[in-house]
Parts: sequence; C-alpha cells; structure tokens
Amino acid sequence: MKNRWWLIGLLIALVVTLFSPLASPHPDGLERVAEDKGFLERAQDAPYELIPDYVFPGIANENVATIVAGLVGTLLTFGVGYGLAWALRRRVRAAG
Amino acid sequence: MHIPDGFLDTATSVASWVVSAGGVAVAVRQVNKTLNERQVPLMGVSAAFIFAAQMMNFTIAGGTSGHLLGGALAAILLGPWAGTLVITCVLAVQALLFQDGGLLALGANILNMALVGVWSGWLVYAGLKRLLGEKSWAIFVRGFAAGWLSVVLAALLASVELGLSGASPWGVVLPAMGGVHALIGIGEGLITVAVLTFLRAVRPDLLTMHRLASEA
Repeated sequence: MKNRWWLIGLLIALVVTLFSPLASPHPDGLERVAEDKGFLERAQDAPYELIPDYVFPGIANENVATIVAGLVGTLLTFGVGYGLAWALRRRVRAAG
Repeated sequence: MHIPDGFLDTATSVASWVVSAGGVAVAVRQVNKTLNERQVPLMGVSAAFIFAAQMMNFTIAGGTSGHLLGGALAAILLGPWAGTLVITCVLAVQALLFQDGGLLALGANILNMALVGVWSGWLVYAGLKRLLGEKSWAIFVRGFAAGWLSVVLAALLASVELGLSGASPWGVVLPAMGGVHALIGIGEGLITVAVLTFLRAVRPDLLTMHRLASEA
C-alpha cells in the first residue's frame, strides 16, 4: 500500500543490517587517529555492557550475533524516532 | 567519530553537554511546532536507516574505515531541527544499548554529529539552492557538498574538544582528523547522493515534505 511506504523504508534498513558482517573491520577515523597519535589508551570501558561491539550476547556465530544486534538496534531506533516524532507532531487541524 | 569516555576531560564533557542539551531542547520545541503527520514515520525510518547504515563501515585507506554520519541526509529529508532529533535518537541508542560512544561523551557526540553535522549539511544544501537551483544534477551536487562538509566540520569540532581535553595537541589532532574525514566525507557525499537519487526516483514527494515548514 502506498500509505505504508515507510514500512518499505524500514525493511530496507533491516536488509542493510543483514550485510553488517561484511562491514570493514578496520577502526574508524577517530579510533585510527587515536591509535596513531597515542591517546587511544585513554578510552574507558562503559560502566555496563549490553550489546558491546554490536555483537548480540549469547549467540555462538559472530556473524549471526552481529546481524541480530543490527536488527534489534534498527527496530529500536525506528521506535524511538517514530515515538518521539509522534509525541511532538503538530495537532492543529487545517481549516476546511 | 563516536568519542568514548576517557578522551575528554570533565570540563569539556560538561560544557558540550550543556550546549547540546540546549540545542536539542530548542529542536524539540521547533519540531513540536512544525512536524506534520506524514513526517512522523519519515523520522522513524530515517533514524532506522541511518542507524543501519552506520553499521556498514567502508574501508577508506590502509587500515582505516569510515561510515555514514547521516546528518546532512536527515536535514535534507526532514529539515534541520527534526534532523537534529533523528541523529540524537541514533546516538542515544548507540551509546545506551551498544556502548558505542561514551555516556559522559554523549553530549559532545550530539554536539558534533546531531548539531554541527546536521546544521552544516543543511546550510550547505539550502545555501547552494540559490546558486545551483533544483534540477536533478543540482540536488546531487548540493547533497554531496552537504554530506562532505558535515563530516569534516563534525570531525574538526571533535578535534577541538580533544585538544581542549589534552588528549592530543591541536597541531596534531586537527590535521589528522581533518585529513581522514576529508576522505570519509567523500563516502558520506556519495551515500547521501545515492539515497537522494533513489528517493527522487521512487518518492520525490518525500524530498519536499518539510519545505513548507522550514521555508515559511
């Protein structure tokens, strides 16, 4: 249905996460600069761990664990974004 | 460029939290005044897509990767205020659920990516409209430039914060971060253009949804 275009968009996002095990394993720009310029060791661990490194805990296969982490995160982020937008939407009805 | 905890000193973390909290609060107010019903799912989908795309690191040079920031894209699709909220949602989920980016440093990450990343992309995209117009090729040039500059400026601000925190001298970190993100910005520009191309082909109405609100 045309009305559910956003569902297709969400599906596209979910399909993107299926490819996440193929992502480059190299450190990103900031991490690489931190390594090269000697301040990477300043990094502190988070006070807790839920899905660290985008690897869902308790799943043996790391590729599957990464995909699951991606699916969970994508759906959750969709919910947070949608929910926030819904809460903030203008409720003024156009005249006529 | 998600800064982990430990890179920034307390003063810089607190200061960037104050600024970003203020910026997000203003964004909430503005979005509350202007967001229409059709944009609600667009915000959700944009946030979801940007989250997913941020997982797809691409190699840019020996041993280094980059990933989409998405600030320019969010601004182009939803306007800069809603764009700020979209990236903030992504960063919050990343920090809280995935420990990607520190919690103390989240203020700086929001400032760099959700505020500077979004607004610089928006200003380039909107600013080039008068010069280049709205034909297909112009949209893509504007989108590429917006994507590229948003990444570079966000990275430079992150470098300023790192310098202020004593993590690395400005003379070292600014060129290093600027250089690598000038490359990553090319990826950002290309992905931004690819998404705009796709949307223009299948749902061009999505590209002009916010226009009445933001150009009133």
